[in-house]
Amino acid sequence: MTALPAQQAPLAGGPGLPPVEDIKAKIEAGVPGAVVAVIHNASPSAQHSLLLDAEHARDVALFLRDHPDLRLDYCSLMTGVDWLDTETTEKVKVKKVVDGPDGSQQETEVEEVRKTKHPGYLEAVYHLFSMEKKHGPVILRLRTANRTDQTHLPSLTPVWRSAEFQEREAFDLYGIIFDGHPDLRRILMWDGFVDHPMRKDYVPPADDALHPGVHA
Amino acid sequence: MADDLKELKIELSKNGIFTTTLEEVYNWGRKNSVWPLTFGLACCAIEMIATTMARYDLARFGAEVFRPSPRQADLIIVSGTVTKKMAPQVVRLYNQMPEPKYVIAMGACAISGGPFRDGYNVLKGIDRYIPVDVHIPGCPPRPEALIHAFMTLQKKIEAQHINGPDRPRHLHADQPSEFPVPAFGEHGLEPAQNLDVFTAAPNNPLKVIQ
Repeated sequence: MTALPAQQAPLAGGPGLPPVEDIKAKIEAGVPGAVVAVIHNASPSAQHSLLLDAEHARDVALFLRDHPDLRLDYCSLMTGVDWLDTETTEKVKVKKVVDGPDGSQQETEVEEVRKTKHPGYLEAVYHLFSMEKKHGPVILRLRTANRTDQTHLPSLTPVWRSAEFQEREAFDLYGIIFDGHPDLRRILMWDGFVDHPMRKDYVPPADDALHPGVHA
Repeated sequence: MADDLKELKIELSKNGIFTTTLEEVYNWGRKNSVWPLTFGLACCAIEMIATTMARYDLARFGAEVFRPSPRQADLIIVSGTVTKKMAPQVVRLYNQMPEPKYVIAMGACAISGGPFRDGYNVLKGIDRYIPVDVHIPGCPPRPEALIHAFMTLQKKIEAQHINGPDRPRHLHADQPSEFPVPAFGEHGLEPAQNLDVFTAAPNNPLKVIQ
């Protein structure tokens, strides 16, 4: 048995695609005021993504599409993600003045459990490729302020026409409202439907008469 | 009385005299020319198509003429997943068929929602809105299973009386031949089932207790 040759081909990227940190630097140099953060993906795919601020997202999208080194002219995928409100607990050692058994006041270290609430958000993810340069993907993320009343994001359909139906799907199933979308209607569910079924806290209607209580 | 007639018929035929009844001729003609509707919903439809092709040859049962219009069809084979968005159209197609009309619910999805039962978008069985004559389990059922359902339906047609109190639904003037089309509600279809049809519902007064 001969050992199989180690796979040298990269899982992501392409011959001319710069690493995400360089793309981030290019955006910050090219689009004044844009706030970009790199979100690392620790898995073997190593598909790191760029978190954009909603205000400059349209300008950044145009910049990425038209930049001569990047030419990300093709949006192959747009999807939504629902991130619920989370709560983290951490134990913190705090110094406190405690009454001792003999009446004297002593300073001792006490462990305190602190709970922090993090508001959830809806996320729109875009996978970009370049047909011209034959590289990609570059992954963009946009996040709403919360999951309830501030669910607006700028639409990237004016930049990449292929995002039109997929943004409609994210609007339908997640409730992300894309400002600037040319035709933002529900695409899978009917028009009178009010819920967003792909949200994690969605409860289906109690229409299962054979198993009452399953979907209460 | 019916047994006496049957014996008399056999006795006469032994002596070279062929007798029959209007009911027998009528049902014999109907069961051997069931025209299904050209109607497929999902992967079960592929098996339905295979059933009509040369290898399984549904033409042997007189049911090879798939009609592209509900007005000319006797049978609707609900072959596949009925989504909530599609369910009103299925009921509407059934309503447009002339009597006598029959329904085969083909596959796990059509009879119960199947693997998608807990999903938000799939109807939990077409028997909630229209009366189903034959249910076929399977995912998808093989062509043999569909042929078996056809033969079951043929036996059912053969046994139907053209008069008397146990005559089928379409010969009762007071029983409906059309069923209410469900409406798109804010959270799902309204109503979630038609209790006149969906006799399996636990709160249905028509449910047969066994």
